[in-house]
Amino acid sequence: MLVYLDNSATTRQYDEVTETMMRAMENYYGNPSSLHTLGYESEKIVKNARRIIARSLGASDDEIIFTSCGTESDNTALYGIAHSRRRQGNKIITSRVEHPAVLEACKVLEKEGFQVEYIGVDSKCRLDMDALQAAIDENTILVSVMNVNNETGTIMPITEISKIKKNAVLHTDAVQGYGKVDLKNCRADMISVSAHKIHGPKGMGALYVRKGINLPAYLSGGGQERGYRSGTENVPGIVGFGKAVELAFGDFQGRVSAMGKARKYLLDGICDGIKDVIINSPEDGAASVLNVSFLGTRGEVLLHTLEQDRIFVSTGSACSSNKKGKGQSHVLTAMGLKPKEIEGAIRFSFSEFNTVKEMDYVLDRLESAVSRFRRLGSFR
Amino acid sequence: MNEQNIFIVRCGEVALKGMNKPYFERMLVDRIKKNVKQFDNVDVRRHEGLIFVRADKSNDKEALIKEISKVFGVASISPAVEAESHLDAIGEEAVKYMLDLIETRGIKTFKVEAKRADKNFPVKSPDIARIIGAKVLIGCKVLKVDVHNPDVHLFVDVRHDKSYIYQQKIAGFGGLPLGTNGKGMVLLSGGIDSPVAAWMMAKRGMVIEAVHFHSYPYTSPRAQEKVEELARIVASYCGNFKMHVINLLPIQEQIVSNCPEEETTILVRRFMMRIAEKIAEKNRAMMLITGENLGQVASQTAEALVVTDNCVKMPVMRPLIAMDKVDIMDKAEEIGTYETSIQPYEDCCTVFLPKHPTTRPKLERIEESESRLDVEGLVKAAVESEEIVHIRA
Repeated sequence: MLVYLDNSATTRQYDEVTETMMRAMENYYGNPSSLHTLGYESEKIVKNARRIIARSLGASDDEIIFTSCGTESDNTALYGIAHSRRRQGNKIITSRVEHPAVLEACKVLEKEGFQVEYIGVDSKCRLDMDALQAAIDENTILVSVMNVNNETGTIMPITEISKIKKNAVLHTDAVQGYGKVDLKNCRADMISVSAHKIHGPKGMGALYVRKGINLPAYLSGGGQERGYRSGTENVPGIVGFGKAVELAFGDFQGRVSAMGKARKYLLDGICDGIKDVIINSPEDGAASVLNVSFLGTRGEVLLHTLEQDRIFVSTGSACSSNKKGKGQSHVLTAMGLKPKEIEGAIRFSFSEFNTVKEMDYVLDRLESAVSRFRRLGSFR
Repeated sequence: MNEQNIFIVRCGEVALKGMNKPYFERMLVDRIKKNVKQFDNVDVRRHEGLIFVRADKSNDKEALIKEISKVFGVASISPAVEAESHLDAIGEEAVKYMLDLIETRGIKTFKVEAKRADKNFPVKSPDIARIIGAKVLIGCKVLKVDVHNPDVHLFVDVRHDKSYIYQQKIAGFGGLPLGTNGKGMVLLSGGIDSPVAAWMMAKRGMVIEAVHFHSYPYTSPRAQEKVEELARIVASYCGNFKMHVINLLPIQEQIVSNCPEEETTILVRRFMMRIAEKIAEKNRAMMLITGENLGQVASQTAEALVVTDNCVKMPVMRPLIAMDKVDIMDKAEEIGTYETSIQPYEDCCTVFLPKHPTTRPKLERIEESESRLDVEGLVKAAVESEEIVHIRA
C-alpha cells in the first residue's frame, strides 16, 4: 500500500488534468497573442481557465494574474506593493511563520530600507492579534499574512485583519488554504495561489489583485497578463490549473470532509496508541494538515523508516545536520517548541484520496517506527 | 594535418626506477591516453625520456593540461613549440615565441636557459643560450636581458631530431602511475578525510576500490548520493571503481542493545574493519585504507587505533595519520572534494554517537563486550547484504 501524506508539499495531479493538458499540448499550440484562428482558440481556453479561477476566489476575470508558482505570486505582491506605495509609507507587517517566499522577500525589502515587523504566534501557531493591531499604523503600506500555515494547518484570521488594517494593502499567501478553506469572503486585497497543491500542474500559480490596486510590471515585455507579467502564456499549464480548480471546487465540501475524516482518525489513533506526543496543530485548524511531535525520536529517521513501508510524510526539521537549531523549522521555533520537540516533529498532510483504511496502516507502522527508535535512540 | 599544440610531459620518480623504467613509462602513457580520450586527435608517445602530447589546436588548451596533470606520475607539463635542431631555426622560432608573449603579456625582460640532450650537438649549452639570446634581442627590439629577475625564463631544449622552446613548467601531482602498486580497499565515508586518503594512496600507484557504510533509515539516501559524488571526483584521478555499499544498522542495533554505550563507536569501527577486510579479500585487495588521523576524534586516539587494528590481519594504510586537519582540508580543496564533503548529511558514525565515548579503550574489555554478540554471523550477513555501485568519473 502506498500512502501519500505529503499533500502540503505537492499533490498527485488529477488524471483529468493530465488529459486536459495533453490535449492542449497537442491541439492548442497557437500563441494566444496571434491574430489567426489558432491563436484565438488558445486565447479562448486561457480565458475560460481564468474565469474558473476567478470564480473560485469570488473575483472577476481581470483581477487574476497568472504566474509561474506561488513564490512568484508572493514576490509579485510584496515587491509590487512596496515599490508602488513607497510614498505612502515605509512599514510592512508580516508574521514570523510565513513561507520563505514571503519572509525572504521581506528581508530583501528590509535591505532596501523598508521597516518590516514580524508578528509572533502562540504554541498552536495562532497569530498574536494584539501585537498585530498595535503594529499597524498610518505608515503601514502592506500587511502580508498567510491564510493557512503550511506546517501546522493553523487558519489565520484574514477577515479580522482586513478590519484593522487601516490604509495598508492586505496580501495573503493562500497557497495552503486554496481549495481547503473558503477565500471568497476573506476580504484580502491580494491572494497568492498555486496549482500543484490542488492536484494541478507544477509551474503554475496565480495572483488575485483587487481592482484599483496598481502594481508595477513584474516581467516586462509583450504585455501579457494586462502588462503585469509579460511572457507567452503557459497554455497547457493554465488550462490544467483551470481543470484542477473546476474539479476541486466542484465538490469542495466532500473533499474537505474526506480529508478531515482521515485526519481525525489518524489524530485519535496517535493520541490513543502512542505515548509522549505533542499535537502542534490547533483543533480548529485546516483539514489538510496534522503536525505531531513524537518526543524522543527524530522526525527524519521516522520519515525514512516510514518510507520503507511506502508511507510518505514530512518533517519539522528538513536538514539532517545534527547541529542543534540549524535547519530546524522556523515555524515550530516561533511557536516556542524546544529543539528536542522540533526534532521529533512530523507533518502529515492530506488530500481527499486518503482513506481511513490507509490511516489504520499508517498507525500500525508509525507505532512500530516510534517504539523502535525510542528503544535504540534513547541515549541521544 | 591540422595545426597542433605540443606539450612536454615530464615523469617524476618514474625516471628513478632503473630497470623498471620502461614499464612505468608505458603505464604513464596509457594513463595519459585514457585521461585525454575526450579530446580530438591527441597523440601521446614516449621519446628520449620524455612524453610528448600533441593535440589539435582546436582543443581547449587549459582543459587538456588539467586532464594531463591529473595523471599520477606526471611531474610537470610545459606547452612548447618545436623547431629543427639547428641554431637558425631555433632562433627563428624563439623570436616568434617571444613576440607573441610581448603582445599577450607585455613582457619586457627575459633570460635564456639552454640544455642539450643531444651531446653530439656541436655547440655547448651556455653558448646555445648566448646565441639564441642574441637572436631574440635582435628580433624583439623592446626586450632586455635580465639574468636575475626576468619576466620570462626561455628554455631551449636541443634534442637529437627536434628542439623545443618553452617557458613554464606546470606542476603535476607527481607520484607513480596508477596500477603499479597493487589494490587497496578504502573505507569511504562522506567526510573530508577518506576521499583524500584514497587519493593519496592512488597517487602512489595503488588501484582503489571502496566500501561505504550507511545506517538507513537513520541516514538519508541523499547522504549516499553525496558519497557517490565524492567517489566520482576521486575516480576522475584514479579511474572507475566499484563501491561496496553496506547497511550497518543491524549491527549497530545489536551493539546498542547489548554493549556499554561508551564503547559504541569503537565497536562499530571494529565491525567496519572486519567487513572491509572480508570484502577486500573477496576482491583481491591487499590492504585497507582509512582516513583516520591521530587524535582527531575519540575513535582515533592511539589506544583506539590499536584496538581497531587488532581485529584485522590485513595491513591498514592511514596516509593522513600525522597530518593536521587544516592541511587535510587544503588537500581536499586542491583535489576538489571539499565542497561536496561539507554538505551536511549525517553519516553512520554519528548516528549512535555516545555522549561520552571511551577514548582509551582496553582490548580485553572490548573483546568482552563483543563476546555478547555473534560477531562472525553479523559480519557474514553484512558482507552478503552488500550492494555494488559502479563509480564512473
